[in-house]
Amino acid sequence: MAIRPDITEERAAAALEVPRGRRNWFWQVIAESRQAKIGLGVLGFFILIAVLAPWIKPYGIHQQVGPVYGPPSLKHPLGLDDGGIDMVSLLIQGGRISLVVGFAATFVAMIIGGGIGIVAGYFGGWLDVVLMRITDYFLVIPDLPLAIIVAAVWGASLTHLIFVIALLLWTTTARIIRAQVKSVRERVYVKRARSIGLSDARIIFRHVLPQIGPLLIANTVLTVAIAIFDETALSFLGLGDPSATTWGSIIEFAFLRTAISSGAWWAIIPAGLCVALVIMGCYWLGQSIEDALNPRLKVSYLSPRTFHIRPLAIRESGSR
Amino acid sequence: MRSADYVIKRAGFAIATIFVAITLNFFLFRVLPGSAVSSMARVPHATAALRHSLEVQFGLDKPKWQQYVIYLQQLSHGNMGVSFSNQQPVWSNLRTALGNTIPMAALGTALAIFIGTLTGVLSAWRRGTKLDQVSTNAAIAFYAFPTQWLALVLLIYLSGILPSHGMQNDFLVNPTWWEHLKDVMLHMTLPSLTFALTLYGEYTLIVRSAMLETLGEDYVLTARAKGLPQRTIVIRHALRNAMLPTTTLMALSLGYIVAGAILIETVYSWPGIGNAVYEAVQQRDYPMLQGAFLVLTMSVVVFNFVADLLYFKLDPRITE
Repeated sequence: MAIRPDITEERAAAALEVPRGRRNWFWQVIAESRQAKIGLGVLGFFILIAVLAPWIKPYGIHQQVGPVYGPPSLKHPLGLDDGGIDMVSLLIQGGRISLVVGFAATFVAMIIGGGIGIVAGYFGGWLDVVLMRITDYFLVIPDLPLAIIVAAVWGASLTHLIFVIALLLWTTTARIIRAQVKSVRERVYVKRARSIGLSDARIIFRHVLPQIGPLLIANTVLTVAIAIFDETALSFLGLGDPSATTWGSIIEFAFLRTAISSGAWWAIIPAGLCVALVIMGCYWLGQSIEDALNPRLKVSYLSPRTFHIRPLAIRESGSR
Repeated sequence: MRSADYVIKRAGFAIATIFVAITLNFFLFRVLPGSAVSSMARVPHATAALRHSLEVQFGLDKPKWQQYVIYLQQLSHGNMGVSFSNQQPVWSNLRTALGNTIPMAALGTALAIFIGTLTGVLSAWRRGTKLDQVSTNAAIAFYAFPTQWLALVLLIYLSGILPSHGMQNDFLVNPTWWEHLKDVMLHMTLPSLTFALTLYGEYTLIVRSAMLETLGEDYVLTARAKGLPQRTIVIRHALRNAMLPTTTLMALSLGYIVAGAILIETVYSWPGIGNAVYEAVQQRDYPMLQGAFLVLTMSVVVFNFVADLLYFKLDPRITE
């Protein structure tokens, strides 16, 4: 599940210096890159709508306001679904839940992946070997089938969905963070901090974490994209919460309830476009942060422009 | 012996991964609330004796580790249990399904590799131009579209023109071999096309970044200084070397095609392994689900292994 598998571990470790004036690095990235501005704009737009959903929804999401699969009209610009419910309202509400699932799953994945990466990279030795072996196995086992099994066994609910997705997404983060921590650990200031007797916890939180923070954030943004993508896939297979409206379940219901034979394109197309836009927004933003952190990647011929939603395993560092 | 060491190492990892998957597969289903017995004994007047005899019959009275050993033994004889829904051995169900999936997925992947390589090379060659921007952004967009959504969109616009359901026309009476082949190929068009479209974006991005890297190498500069024509430089010097990382990434993604197969086959009712997974989820057919997970994991592991060997063969610099 590599987000950008071309960034091998050595390469990830080679660069990454937090720019001077660390507190403002994020806004510097935004100011310098048009792509980052577009990405942030798209993401901000959807987040704003998700936050304001209860107030800006034109109709209720359980309220029949017209005929089944009513076509788009002035009152309902995106038409009605199979229950005569306004599609615009459904999309707004669905975005809210989809984004919550996406961000929550990413948060959990970052805690697991970041935690494992930091512990493995900082302490090294047998702990590193064991943790990375586990990560390797999880990298190779195909994501979606594993998610299906776990979701089928656990039963459908939003919380389960979040944990299932998180379970799939931590591996890449763990590998990237580990590589980075391994390199930060050898820096002089960390050695100096250790020599004056600071505790490991303090070194990790005060000296290591701030250095890998930006990378972690870039990784987080890219992971959100994958989490939302996985949410639609799992919901589509009927493994989401049947009572919650998400972009995935909108597509699922349209598929199951003959939207296609009714010619109701408006019940399917907008939801998928929303998903795609959020994913592209995440990609543009995440990529800009990575490029800013890692100027080496920006040099013309080293500039990798790949990312992965469909999983690709990161190669083991030694074999390349 | 450099090569023997390497092959043994990778083979060992592959076998260990399969073993981890088998173990996961066993324990995930054992944490299910209830067991096969509790649902089968849900008949009027079920006595404790009936329950017990069922438990003995299924071996559920034995301790977990013993059940695990039995599971491993049976699996090594190719016994994956019996499907709940059609009472056939899981393995024979899966074998048929796999046979239907492979040609469809292979056709789609071949198409994706072709389009992806072409657009990736063009993008890198014309880096920074309008053509590059259009092609790269199209690749990102196709990558961001949810697979099942893209399949549904194609269904909306092409279902009148191309067959959209199943693998053959059941009303074809006594077709000749040629007619049958034509019929299947027609049915295969939409699923394969969806496959190609969802995958090609990823390949474009991979090929482009690999090409950009090789185009910046010194030997390309030398070729240019020698006055070789552009075409020769791009194809003979840059592309040949760019195919090195590209081949492995593509071979790797072949294994993960199974995830796409689940979503695409569900939409088009293609009677392959993906559809089998979907139906097993719908009917809570756990033996089928377990079997399908194993088969899918094994295919991924095998493709990983092949990718490793391929890379090793292509790149003599690998020494591990």
